Amino acid sequence: MEFALSEEQEILSDSVKKMLADNTDIDLLRNHSKGDEGIRESLRKLVVEMGLPGLLIPEEYGGSGLGVLEASLIAEEFGRYAVPTPWIGNSVMAPTALLFEKGNILSEKWLPLIASGEITACVALTEAVGKRSNAGLELKGLKVSGTSIFGIDGELNPRIIITVAGDDLILVDTENPGVTISEIPTIDSTRPVVEIIFDSVDAEIIPGGKEAIQKTIDVGRVLLAADILGASSNMIDKAVEYSLERKQFNRTIGSFQAVKHMCAEMAADLEPCRSLLWYSAYAQDNIKEEASLLSCHAKAHLSEVGQDIARVSTQVFGGMGFTDLLGIHYWFKRIGLSRQILGGPEKVRQEAAKIQGFLS
Amino acid sequence: MDLNEGPEYVSFREKVASFLNKNSNMAGKARTPVRPNQQELEWQKKLIDNGYAARTIPREYGGFGAESDVLKSRIIAEEFSQSSIPMGMANQGISMLVPTLLELGTDEQKKSWISKTISGEVIWCQGYSEPGSGSDLASLQTKAVDDGDDFIINGQKIWTSGAQISDMMFCLVRTEPDATKHKGISYILIDMKTLGIEVRPLMTMTGHAEFNEVFFTDVRVPKSQIVGKRGEGWYVANATLTHERGMLGDPNQSASRLKEIIDLMQEETVNGEKLINNPVYLDRLMRLQARVLSMSFNSLRLLTASHKKLDAKMAKLIVKLNGCQLNHDLAGFAIDLLGELGTIYGRSNHDHGSGKWQWKFMFDLGLIIGGGTAQIQKNIISESGLGMPREPKPMLEGKK
Repeated sequence: MEFALSEEQEILSDSVKKMLADNTDIDLLRNHSKGDEGIRESLRKLVVEMGLPGLLIPEEYGGSGLGVLEASLIAEEFGRYAVPTPWIGNSVMAPTALLFEKGNILSEKWLPLIASGEITACVALTEAVGKRSNAGLELKGLKVSGTSIFGIDGELNPRIIITVAGDDLILVDTENPGVTISEIPTIDSTRPVVEIIFDSVDAEIIPGGKEAIQKTIDVGRVLLAADILGASSNMIDKAVEYSLERKQFNRTIGSFQAVKHMCAEMAADLEPCRSLLWYSAYAQDNIKEEASLLSCHAKAHLSEVGQDIARVSTQVFGGMGFTDLLGIHYWFKRIGLSRQILGGPEKVRQEAAKIQGFLS
Repeated sequence: MDLNEGPEYVSFREKVASFLNKNSNMAGKARTPVRPNQQELEWQKKLIDNGYAARTIPREYGGFGAESDVLKSRIIAEEFSQSSIPMGMANQGISMLVPTLLELGTDEQKKSWISKTISGEVIWCQGYSEPGSGSDLASLQTKAVDDGDDFIINGQKIWTSGAQISDMMFCLVRTEPDATKHKGISYILIDMKTLGIEVRPLMTMTGHAEFNEVFFTDVRVPKSQIVGKRGEGWYVANATLTHERGMLGDPNQSASRLKEIIDLMQEETVNGEKLINNPVYLDRLMRLQARVLSMSFNSLRLLTASHKKLDAKMAKLIVKLNGCQLNHDLAGFAIDLLGELGTIYGRSNHDHGSGKWQWKFMFDLGLIIGGGTAQIQKNIISESGLGMPREPKPMLEGKK
């Protein structure tokens, strides 16, 4: 038994961290939030150059055939740097959906294109988690109509959209006529989400039915939890760093117990989350019977801990935390979005209870 | 990450399980610091002979003498807990004094005490805290005055669990009154039958006396009873305080409490409806389950880290703070599940087992405070884990 990251996993995580440290900063986030969309494409190129989009895709389709744990380590770094670039939908949920049943024709067609970075894939499964009254899709024959909201990684003219109709995952090629994609303005400017309107568009069914939907959602939730872990961890680091620079009453504020205890509580809450996340991510590929439950727990627990850290760390910065000058709010908001996507904590805990046979 | 046990460990697990299966009728009940009875002493001996207690203590000192293997230790703990059979004796002598003697004791001290301690023949209590020295333990005032081959000890200790049944005390006393506070302390072993020692039970909010006060009046103790060097007792004690903090906040205990709570929710009904079907309670249960799982996985991580010498400092620093609070919250939830019945603390026809939860809820508060308060833990986490500064001196000492 070994409960630790392997050397290869550490190297992967470090190399992504280094790429992000070298190429992103607060001005980039600020410019992106003001509408500089060129940033998205240039960041995506860097990610493609590292060969990351094919991380989960088997070698036969041009990927590297790694697992959800490796994908989570990358999501953690994207969260740490609040990077506006596709990941969870395009590189994790889409391949998970297409790989649910091995060797199907859709995998053969699309996975090599995702792996090489030639196309991006948007994944919109909100309606499978909790359908709102003005959303949902209907399939007539193989033509899909309706609206999907909160699609992930749909901001860069995605070539395919994976979404849900009834008990099936469906795939839509956006070159078919009748697809309209628009961004939904949320609090989080670092990670665009989209609304997709389908007007009688040709669709194909991804084999796997309900189980494929569930597995794709499970993996997506683990990845969102990983993003929260990285964002929260960064907020603690930044808060501690600031507290050691900022002086009041002739002392650094980090020497006051009131501030030290805020930071200690954040660290104490977050540290066990790392182990929860590692286990949950590992379970997705290796412990099938625990995968859904652990995914729910990782998502719900990190959402709660992340929200507390977002609030408390902002307070460590005093008035500066509240301004745009330091930009701490980008992480605050990113955590706020991750918390709700694919089910908020109450919804996800309810699922966790049902999985265990409680709540008859 | 590889959560499979290798073949060596799978067969070790089978061996432990079959031992428990065969011998469960011999098991004693208690792990608490009460004087072990004959059955418990025999059970302890059997456990040591088979390597399930005192596993890594050398054979020459009465242990089993196995190489340290954290995975095997964990397997033993898991198998015992799954069979609901108490592990070997756990008391402060075994968990705190024995490791200290192994590290810093003289040959003579090791031979005199380790074997008798692990067998349960000699019971120890810990004499650290004093009425005026709690969080600031190093300010302790119990004096040991040099008198030829002996020290003469005067002073008072508090929070001494098990003092009334103990044969011996490992104790911190001030031997060098002129040295700075951390450097004037010695770690000394005191026979509790020595003339001049008085033990008074300390009644707590639980209605029981889990602790004592111990008074020393001209108590004569041979100098040879010092462990480590004279004046270096603070460092000797710190070696064992880390052992204590590892014990407090044990995630296995949280996991077994959670299991009991789920059983309770499946049995108890209100207005004919089982508690396990109440979505509000379930939401709280799921929150607690996530915390229990997180701490269990955190302990797996620590296990691998100690095995492979990896850095997991923060993961270790948070165990006492998080674990004790989690156990307290679990007990609080069990009481809320029982509602009015949850307040019953004594014999009643309406008792559904709330007494033990109420006792835990109160006693856990003591554990959150004891062994380094939650606030001291937060100081340690922020200073040692996050690199934040200590309180500046003038704030500590007052302006001079």
